[in-house]
Amino acid sequence: MSAEAVHAEHGLEQHVGVQYSTIEQQNESYIVGMWTFLVTEIMFFGALFLALTIYRSLYPAEFSEAHHRLDKFLGTVNTFILLSSSFSMALAVRYAQLGQRKGLIAMLLVTVLFAAGFLGVKSIEYGTKFEHHLFPGPSFDFNYEEREKQGIAEGGMAARGEEQAAVAGPIGLETNRTTGPVLEDRKQMFFVLYFAMTGLHAIHVLIGMVVMLVIILLAAIDHPAVRDYIPIEMAGLYWHFVDIVWIFLFPLLYLIGH
Amino acid sequence: MAATTVEPGALRERRTALHENYLNVKHTVASWLLTIDHKRIAVLYLVSISFFFVIGAAAAGMVRAELTSHNGLFLTNEGYNKAFTIHGIIMVFFFLVPAIPATLGNFLIPLMIGAKDLAFPRLNLLSWYLYISGGVLALSALFLGGVDTGWTFYTPYSSIYSNTNVVIMILGIFLAGFSSIATGMNFIVTIHKMRAPGMTWFRLPLFVWAHYATSLIMILGTPVVAITLLLVVVERTLHLGIFDPALGGDPVLFQHLFWFYSHPAVYIMIVPGMGVVSEIMACFSRKRVFGYTFVAFSSIAIAVLGFFVWGHHLFVTSQSMYSSMVFSILSFLVAIPSAIKVFNWTATVYKGRIWFTAPMLYAMGFIGLFTIGGLTGLYLASLAIDVHLTDTYFVIAHFHYVMVGGQIMAYLGGVHFWWPKISGRTYPEGIAMLAAVVTFIGFNLTFFPQFVMGYQGMPRRYHIYAEEFQFYHILSTAGATVLGVGYAMPAFYLLWSLRYGKLATANPWGAVGLEWMTPSPPPTHNFEDTPTVTWEAYAYRSDVEEEAQADRESMPGLGEAVEEEAELDRREGRTPPEFGGAPAGD
Repeated sequence: MSAEAVHAEHGLEQHVGVQYSTIEQQNESYIVGMWTFLVTEIMFFGALFLALTIYRSLYPAEFSEAHHRLDKFLGTVNTFILLSSSFSMALAVRYAQLGQRKGLIAMLLVTVLFAAGFLGVKSIEYGTKFEHHLFPGPSFDFNYEEREKQGIAEGGMAARGEEQAAVAGPIGLETNRTTGPVLEDRKQMFFVLYFAMTGLHAIHVLIGMVVMLVIILLAAIDHPAVRDYIPIEMAGLYWHFVDIVWIFLFPLLYLIGH
Repeated sequence: MAATTVEPGALRERRTALHENYLNVKHTVASWLLTIDHKRIAVLYLVSISFFFVIGAAAAGMVRAELTSHNGLFLTNEGYNKAFTIHGIIMVFFFLVPAIPATLGNFLIPLMIGAKDLAFPRLNLLSWYLYISGGVLALSALFLGGVDTGWTFYTPYSSIYSNTNVVIMILGIFLAGFSSIATGMNFIVTIHKMRAPGMTWFRLPLFVWAHYATSLIMILGTPVVAITLLLVVVERTLHLGIFDPALGGDPVLFQHLFWFYSHPAVYIMIVPGMGVVSEIMACFSRKRVFGYTFVAFSSIAIAVLGFFVWGHHLFVTSQSMYSSMVFSILSFLVAIPSAIKVFNWTATVYKGRIWFTAPMLYAMGFIGLFTIGGLTGLYLASLAIDVHLTDTYFVIAHFHYVMVGGQIMAYLGGVHFWWPKISGRTYPEGIAMLAAVVTFIGFNLTFFPQFVMGYQGMPRRYHIYAEEFQFYHILSTAGATVLGVGYAMPAFYLLWSLRYGKLATANPWGAVGLEWMTPSPPPTHNFEDTPTVTWEAYAYRSDVEEEAQADRESMPGLGEAVEEEAELDRREGRTPPEFGGAPAGD
């Protein structure tokens, strides 16, 4: 079959899968497939957004207090980085459409650098959270930072243990739903969701970087698989999706207090 | 019979010379494990889901045997919990969800729409490997000691208290879920973009419409349960409290998220079966399906409505009374598209030229059992009655009538109907009809008593129970034995037919539809030339002879295929297939 070489003279030869009758059919299928995939991704993140919304409305005071521990400045920086990376990605798709390989490679490299920058900033944020005992789990201690400033960090764990014991027993749902005193566990819930959502997002950034690096390598050796712009368009769609998820994560986690 | 047992080798050689097909094109193991042909992948799925069905059925057998005594027979409490959990998990995630879409859907959708393959053949193969990896994890969890949470994994039991292999099992289900997502994506793109010229949306067989609806559920629902189960794993391993009330979490949130997938998943398990039944009903009534458009859109309606009814699993939780009322009303609404289907199938048979074959018996069994299963669903959607019936055998009986009585009857009917196309051989009709009847009787004997004892208060998941229920349990176990025989019979004669069955013609049922226009078994790329469709779906005529004549005229390719088969018959001195629709004998 004509799986090879259609328009060799234009440098546009491309694979047409044997199941397709025309290149247009193939390209349209790829694009519809990508959008369908993104729908599944939305549902994947959607459950977490739902959990965030529910717990925020159940524990507004605790979530409001907890969200101040996130670094709004670094979050804003990351938002700028990711938005810029979407711009360079859009340019990469444009260069791919025009068949300009060097521009494509350059813009993808810029995008990868932005992505790395984003993860770099994110790792600084995560590191600070670990230092301040804000990573959920047995070592979670919301007041660690405060006590450390006052130089009584040693008593922190023990104090926390007592507090835990008070709420750990076989308590029913009703107890949890009444707006009682501010509980550490509810603040921990904020950080559970923070790490789950930003962590899942970071994994998607990482996958995006791998995809872009592969395309850069294939473009560098002028591989026929990336001579058409469709693969780059698909990577672009994915990257914009990653960006949009962050556009929702940033205000919901960092900015909204109540 | 004796003649055919001597002949098949010679016949097969001649057959091979006659046409190269997807089965005989290559014979190496690698050619199967690395295939990207949708038909071979369908066969891979067929074999794998049959394997998991046997495991799930064995677990069901243990459960049923245990329940013959009201004091427990041979299982410990924990052992009993593990038995019904394995039964549920394997049957739901590794058999029922992929049963029709991944086997018949995979095999038939490209054939029915006139495509050479699915849009993404490699993704299709990947989905099988994801399924197998998930299955291997599930089996390892089983061999490491099993899981005792029930297939629903309710928290906080699954996240904190259970000491069994919950994490491995969930990861297995997670992978199987992604195999389901991949299948759904592939079907949606294929149905949108790969249809042959002239194959408009309203010329699509209803089987394809049903799979489009199913795929919508697969891509919208499965990611939610995937992330939810992942959160349970995170909670178990890192001791966080997402669903743990002691840590500020809400276990009811888990139930919401779980049923947001798992209720629509019930429609993943039944809608493809409805597609199969539409095909069979039209073929063996020799009529166009009554109200084609309504049946097509009722599939979509079920898929859409199905996403708004999950709360009816939470009537006895802390869910607000007002949400429960809304969920109750919405659940009743699902009855409308379901009833449209049942009425329209009935109207299809009316004044049709009915031809009783094994697939037709299975399809009619489906309609009866699905109707009972669906109507008892309305009991459970009623708020007050549900409080009485929640977690009783009434629920068990209800969903088995839909998922087993419905889906497995449709699955077996479909496997029989398209067996000549898949294997190139016909199965023995008489014994197949017997199997369909045995299955129907066995099924009713198993599950009807469960309605009665459930209504009287027998709770689910108990193996030590009040003595008054023992009579019903024994009836049910007896029925399960008959049912087991009914399910085992096709396994034997279908395997037998692979070697000794009569060679199938391209169109042994005289059915319409593109899949019958290509030889049986089809060649690797399905059609020599991409067909152009100029006729409506189910263009059946009441008279078989007239129809066969018209088929030969209107469908290029069929005529030649039939002539080839007739020629082969003459040379071998065989009698042509006795089924009325096959024109080979004239």
